[in-house]
Amino acid sequence: MGILEVKDVNKRFGGLKALSDVNLSVAENTVHAIIGPNGAGKSTLLNCLVGKLIPDTGSVMFDGQSVLGRKPYEITQMGISRVFQTPEIFGDLTVMENMMIPLFARRDGAYRLRAFRSVDSEAELRSRAEAMLEDVKMLDKRNMHSASMSRGDKRRLEMAMCLVQEPRLLLLDEPTAGMARADTNNTIDLLKEIKEKRDITMAIIEHDMHVVFSLADRITVLAQGTPLVEDSPENIKGHPKVREAYLGEAA
Amino acid sequence: MFGLGKKDTTVFVVVIILALCAPFILNPFPGNSSLAQFNAGYPDLMQRFVIFGIFAIGFNLLFGLTGYLSFGHAAFLGAGSYAAVWMFKLLSMNVIPAILLSMIVAGLFAVVIGYVSLRRSGIYFSILTLAFAQMSYNLAYSVLTPITNGETGLQITLDDPRILGASATADGGIPVTNLFGLEMRHFTTVDIAGWSFNFSVGYYLCAVIMILAFYVAVRIFRSPFGMMLRAIKSNQQRLYYTGLNARPYTLAVFVISGMYAGLAGGLLASMDPLAGPERMQWTASGEVVLMTILGGAGTLIGPVLGAGFIKYFENIFSKINDGVLHGWFSFLPDGLENVVITLLHPFVGKGWHLTLGLMFMLVVIFLPGGLVEGGQRIAKALRRGRTEDNGAARKASHEPAE
Repeated sequence: MGILEVKDVNKRFGGLKALSDVNLSVAENTVHAIIGPNGAGKSTLLNCLVGKLIPDTGSVMFDGQSVLGRKPYEITQMGISRVFQTPEIFGDLTVMENMMIPLFARRDGAYRLRAFRSVDSEAELRSRAEAMLEDVKMLDKRNMHSASMSRGDKRRLEMAMCLVQEPRLLLLDEPTAGMARADTNNTIDLLKEIKEKRDITMAIIEHDMHVVFSLADRITVLAQGTPLVEDSPENIKGHPKVREAYLGEAA
Repeated sequence: MFGLGKKDTTVFVVVIILALCAPFILNPFPGNSSLAQFNAGYPDLMQRFVIFGIFAIGFNLLFGLTGYLSFGHAAFLGAGSYAAVWMFKLLSMNVIPAILLSMIVAGLFAVVIGYVSLRRSGIYFSILTLAFAQMSYNLAYSVLTPITNGETGLQITLDDPRILGASATADGGIPVTNLFGLEMRHFTTVDIAGWSFNFSVGYYLCAVIMILAFYVAVRIFRSPFGMMLRAIKSNQQRLYYTGLNARPYTLAVFVISGMYAGLAGGLLASMDPLAGPERMQWTASGEVVLMTILGGAGTLIGPVLGAGFIKYFENIFSKINDGVLHGWFSFLPDGLENVVITLLHPFVGKGWHLTLGLMFMLVVIFLPGGLVEGGQRIAKALRRGRTEDNGAARKASHEPAE
């Protein structure tokens, strides 16, 4: 039984069948990659996992609880964090402030106001934020205005913001899209490090085969809304069906 | 100091000094000089400065932090005024219960309007708040006449019950608003060598409340709550995926901001116990938006400066009429004098809105951060000038040694 169980999920947009009978099981503490050509339904599937879309039929269970019908913030509170295709950070704020928000959110829940405690007086949270920034090698940038950073740095910051909340499942939507080769390799190293250091499950949606094969323990190939095969990376590489549907057209 | 950082303490102290010394600062010209009409140190005018300062500080909490532009904030100002006048009619002429009730009423009103309006953001939120405020205005004007006394406005009369006070004074007049016996309209004038400074009870009550309101606003700005509000402005999507629902936060700040407006409305009524529907009109809502943007939205002191600036223009610039202009330009030859006055005429007196509009445009185009940004640029330029001087001096002192 995996930490994330997707059963018989269907989703239509008008006449277009975006997902049909998707079954997926992500085992705890593994990196599970979901690959597939454009329009295969990868993003739709991801949106069903985080509460942005509700499937027409089927179930999505996280750690034995259904996520369907819950709002994105409730799903995040359950322990699912998401990294976006374009890094979503608080661009008006500094790196340190960006880190403090998830920490406050995690500690106080959604409703505690604490209007009369200054942010600067929260020494314990600050040290946790700094430790996390150290982990992603961004401590020297803590007072920078986050909107003015490079894309790679924004990505690191976004991951740090997710990880500081200690999620059990991290969803990554094309984490290296639009990145230079060097930044891509940095991101791969960072993700490898995260995987080694923490008990965390990751589900990655990715186009870049280099990224997928350097990280994934398990790969699901999606084509036209249905899972084609699910196997280990070694087997996927040589799989004839995959070559035909996906790698064939890339080669 | 006061649990504030060093920079905030400086700003806070500046505000305290400005507020407490306003009778001097706003009266820079001797009473008999030709510039005396630019003095603004009159009790009722100074009261307006600080009361609208409170209004703008509250508005800035909502707009400056979350970016939600409310176009109906005057509804809370009006609701506060009505509540305060009713307190004067029914309970007593003491201003404390009136101000408290005005804040409570405005707060409840804000819960209702905020609950509905905050379902949308951006322009739709603005339109919803505007619609609510215009609804309130029209209701106050017509349907709710038993409560608001319609067009005439709500006033205190001789046959009000006032259960904790007297319906009429001993000599049969209408009692005046007071703070435990200290009359709001009471003031002393001190004459010092041609200047006459007015110290009024009403003004100092408003000033002290404004200082408190400012202090609370600074604490909110620097609190985790304030940081969440800035996060809402910056990226709501990320905030949701951080496990936070933005709605309770926006509603909370909307209500706080509404209570600031109610406080301002209550103070207006405390200084002059009448309330009319025009206080809720959209022009009044627009004015507070102008004040905040002109001063600098999202800054601490900006809204206070903006409120002072606009109220000064409204009251001082509007008093410059053709007669005054003739007085100024009488040194010019007749024909030229008339030309100059014809050119200036649309900008002063009743045309002060035109000047204000031009000033507003200039500020928005060249100083998007408002007057505060202007101040910062000047400070920066001065500092740069000074370091250059120092550099030159250092160079000069080094030369002989070489």
